Amino acid sequence: MSLALIVMLPFLGALLPALMIRAGRNACATSTLSVSLLAFLLLLTHAPAVFRGEVVQAGWAWLPQLGLNVNFFLDGLGFFFASLILGIGLLIITYARFYLSKDDPMGSFYSYLLLFQGAMVGIVLSDNILLLLIFWELTSLSSFLLIGYWKHLPEGRQGARMALTITGAGGLSMIAGMMILGHLAGSYDLTVILQHKEAIQASPLYLPALLLILGGCFTKSAQFPFHFWLPHAMAAPTPVSAYLHSATMVKAGLFLMARLWPVLAGTDAWFYLVATTGLITMVIGAWIALFKDDLKGLLAFSTVSHLGLITFLLGLGSPMAAVAAVFHILNHATFKAALFMNAGIIDHEAGTRDIKRLGGLMALMPITGTLALLAAASMAGVPLLNGFLSKEMMLEEAARTIWLGQDWLVPLLATLGAVFSVAYSFRYIVHVFFGKTRDDYPHPPHDPPFGLWGPPALLVVLVVLIGLFPALIAGPLVATVAAAVIGGPLPDYHLALWHGFTPALFMSVIAVALGLTLLWRYPGVRAAWQTAPHPEAKAMFQACIAAAVALAQRLTHGLHNGSLQRHLAFMLGAAVVLGFTAFFEASHGPGSRPLLPATPVAIVGWLLLAAASLAVVRLHRQRMVALLTVGVIGLIVCLGFVYFSAPDLALTQISVEVVTVILLLLALNLLPKETPRESDTGRKWRDGILATLAGLGVGAACWAMITRDAETLSSYYLDKSVPGGGTNVVNVILVDFRGFDTFGEIIVLGIAALTIYALLDGALQGAVGRKLAAWVPDQKRSGDRHPMMLVVATRVMLPLALMVGAYIFLRGHNVPGGGFIAGLVVAIALIMQYMASGFGWAAQRMKVDYHALIGIGVLVAGATGIAAWLADHPFLTSTFDHFHLPLVGEFELASAMAFDTGVFLTVVGAVMLTLANLSRIGRRAECLPVPEAPMDPDLSPTLNKAQEA
Amino acid sequence: MEFLLASTVGLMTAAGVYLILRARTFPVVLGLSLLSYATNVFLFASGRLAIDMPPVISATAQGYTDPLPQALVLTAIVISFGMTAVIVVMALRSYLESGSDHVDGVPDRVAHENLESVPGILEDSR
Repeated sequence: MSLALIVMLPFLGALLPALMIRAGRNACATSTLSVSLLAFLLLLTHAPAVFRGEVVQAGWAWLPQLGLNVNFFLDGLGFFFASLILGIGLLIITYARFYLSKDDPMGSFYSYLLLFQGAMVGIVLSDNILLLLIFWELTSLSSFLLIGYWKHLPEGRQGARMALTITGAGGLSMIAGMMILGHLAGSYDLTVILQHKEAIQASPLYLPALLLILGGCFTKSAQFPFHFWLPHAMAAPTPVSAYLHSATMVKAGLFLMARLWPVLAGTDAWFYLVATTGLITMVIGAWIALFKDDLKGLLAFSTVSHLGLITFLLGLGSPMAAVAAVFHILNHATFKAALFMNAGIIDHEAGTRDIKRLGGLMALMPITGTLALLAAASMAGVPLLNGFLSKEMMLEEAARTIWLGQDWLVPLLATLGAVFSVAYSFRYIVHVFFGKTRDDYPHPPHDPPFGLWGPPALLVVLVVLIGLFPALIAGPLVATVAAAVIGGPLPDYHLALWHGFTPALFMSVIAVALGLTLLWRYPGVRAAWQTAPHPEAKAMFQACIAAAVALAQRLTHGLHNGSLQRHLAFMLGAAVVLGFTAFFEASHGPGSRPLLPATPVAIVGWLLLAAASLAVVRLHRQRMVALLTVGVIGLIVCLGFVYFSAPDLALTQISVEVVTVILLLLALNLLPKETPRESDTGRKWRDGILATLAGLGVGAACWAMITRDAETLSSYYLDKSVPGGGTNVVNVILVDFRGFDTFGEIIVLGIAALTIYALLDGALQGAVGRKLAAWVPDQKRSGDRHPMMLVVATRVMLPLALMVGAYIFLRGHNVPGGGFIAGLVVAIALIMQYMASGFGWAAQRMKVDYHALIGIGVLVAGATGIAAWLADHPFLTSTFDHFHLPLVGEFELASAMAFDTGVFLTVVGAVMLTLANLSRIGRRAECLPVPEAPMDPDLSPTLNKAQEA
Repeated sequence: MEFLLASTVGLMTAAGVYLILRARTFPVVLGLSLLSYATNVFLFASGRLAIDMPPVISATAQGYTDPLPQALVLTAIVISFGMTAVIVVMALRSYLESGSDHVDGVPDRVAHENLESVPGILEDSR
């Protein structure tokens, strides 16, 4: 379990710095440091087991149906990377405390850093490759935040975007590759996948999987031709560059290649893809690094080159090369992180990172200079430092490599890479620290406080110690890690300074000699380089992005220029085309279900409905008439429900119909009453044809469906309904079997009502409110008193109507009725009061908080569901029992009744809130005073004026 | 009988589609109402047609029609009301704000604004 905790700690801890920044910058940095330290110590508790060669595992099932499990495992490789991430993380956190200036928001910096750290640790400890992918994407996202940390700098934003685009695209490719890999191995667990080398390499899907996975690794580890994002990501603050771009994130691709090495490596495809890419990247990266004037740019391309070196070693596929790769990962992390921090110090103290403006710093910054000297010499591969050892091993392997039958090509290129590497490393030393002391530094340079030079010094100590005593210091670690990478017996090797006069030594000597020569003749070399063409990756990248945006714009604006009509026409047209294509491609036969005879009543109903539908289309410009005609259609649909054995639907439909018509009438009060003629004939024909085709399609689909028999679930519900507590199956389904649906639905209804409230309430304020107050009705008002008959009748009927509502509610479980219908009936009874005496008068007397009603309804329904938990049943399990009361007799009480109460309250609240607010708007528009008596006419001053005029 | 029902579904769909393609908000609202009728009836009919067989358990019933589509349609009717209400209020608010009940607000201006706003995303990478 502590494995999962190691991964989760940085994520959980990410909150801390954001909170602690209020307590000051030291508290913020300390809290971040303690989170990382805790995770690091937890990791170290596993060290003995890992060094014994054990694999620590922990985890639990998350979505086993998808093969996604939260499984972690810790072996040598995972341990090595996790300790790099957490260990260097500790140094970076310390360093950043002193590096960030007072104006930088430190809380968010450390939060992002911990998020990133958690994601990285997640990658290296995941056993499940789907889980690994999640962490993989998380590193892309968190590194985006870190690279773009200085939001005010355009370079930062662009660099962050470029990094996200490239690594994100690689991540997508990786997802596809991992899916294939998991499919081939039959499991998404790495521990299982690593056992299936033969099956995976024999499959025809091996090559696609390899290409896709390498796509992810190469983009993340900045391999040619995806290397260009890394230098642009250097716009990040230096601690980020040191952490992400030397020690951790860019190594994620290497990690994955090492992790999957036992199953993917060893084939020709692997060798030619990975080793070649690595070799090219190594040479090109080193070559470009030589000509970078920005210290961080130089280091960035040097990183690209070293990543290429490690990729090359992994690509060779031999166990010996894998050992060398592991060793170089360790060495590179130490000297490169130290150098990045060193570059940060120079930037911080001298005010610039431009090599052309620096020089002679050794005398001014002796500590910084010494550290840089050692770290850069290690990068160059000078003996007695750790970089020499692993570079020697690389050259040894390269000397033996035969590429397409040529045995001279790889050694030559590897030596060339080493030459450039020596040249740029010494350039870092000579051009920055030696030469004449200048007097035009932007800041007077001096050594920084210990907080800034301490962390790199620690790393440089490691550089020297490993270089002097490789077998003692790094031996056990390299052996354990290499064993995990190879997944088999270790080759015979010695980590030692002196191997005798080997080809590698000979190549090293050439490299140092030629490298120093290059630096000696630097001005000439540089002039030659400047005459050669340099393709600018950033410009190409931006041209690609701009082309994609332009294409998207053309497509989007072609399809959708902001006009709803055009948008809908395209959508409906697409639906029609899809539907008819499917129809014409399928086979057709008549349905076998016996048809019901058409009765005269039904034919009359059909005629009415058909006539009304046509009339709506014909008369839709006269909105009042069209609305009433739609009402007619609703009533016939309602009769249809009665006719076809759906009493509940009929009751619901008729009450909704009433409410809808009132609603639309209220809206129409303020909207124009007529629609102007706007569509030209062509548009009408187009819409007419679309409508006819859509109607034909839907009608035919309906016909095809109802003339065929089908197996349904209905028997289940019919059988279980009575044991479930009610005889009205529809209501039992609503409040019991599918209660969760209903619960969701009343929430939706409540939200709809609140949305309406927000929309209308907002219309009472500001410019719209003033416009509304100045509104002049476009129709004459009769000015009559409210009809006495209506007023009296609604008052008398109110208790009766409420009683009917209660009755419908109570009986709902057994005969047609229930919460929905009762709610609508009660709402209509209440609205009748508004209609009879006007909104103002009625609203003064009915002071119900409809918002609260909606809330109470949802809460009651939810509480009923939760009550089932108390009895250890799933949410919304219902129960019922029969009770006996004197006078009343035997009756049934079901928990579903409480749920239905919630439905009832929400429906009443939602309907009333909607209609009441529409009325309120109408009143505001007409500036109506509240009448004193129930039958007083609603007369407004503006109305009278309008009518007089 | 099945033909009558299927043809009404088709008719209501056609009328609804024609209306939602109009340029003013109110016909669009009416069109949506018609489309919801058509959809509800379609969904209801997926339980097949049956006369005098309501899904209320009793000793004397000769059979029951499929209750599940009815339950689904019942909630659908209520939700359609909610949807119609939101749309019509949105239409009203947009009319009050812009003074036009065209579906695109004031048609030309809005379309133009949309076109203007898009190229802005390239600004900062230039």
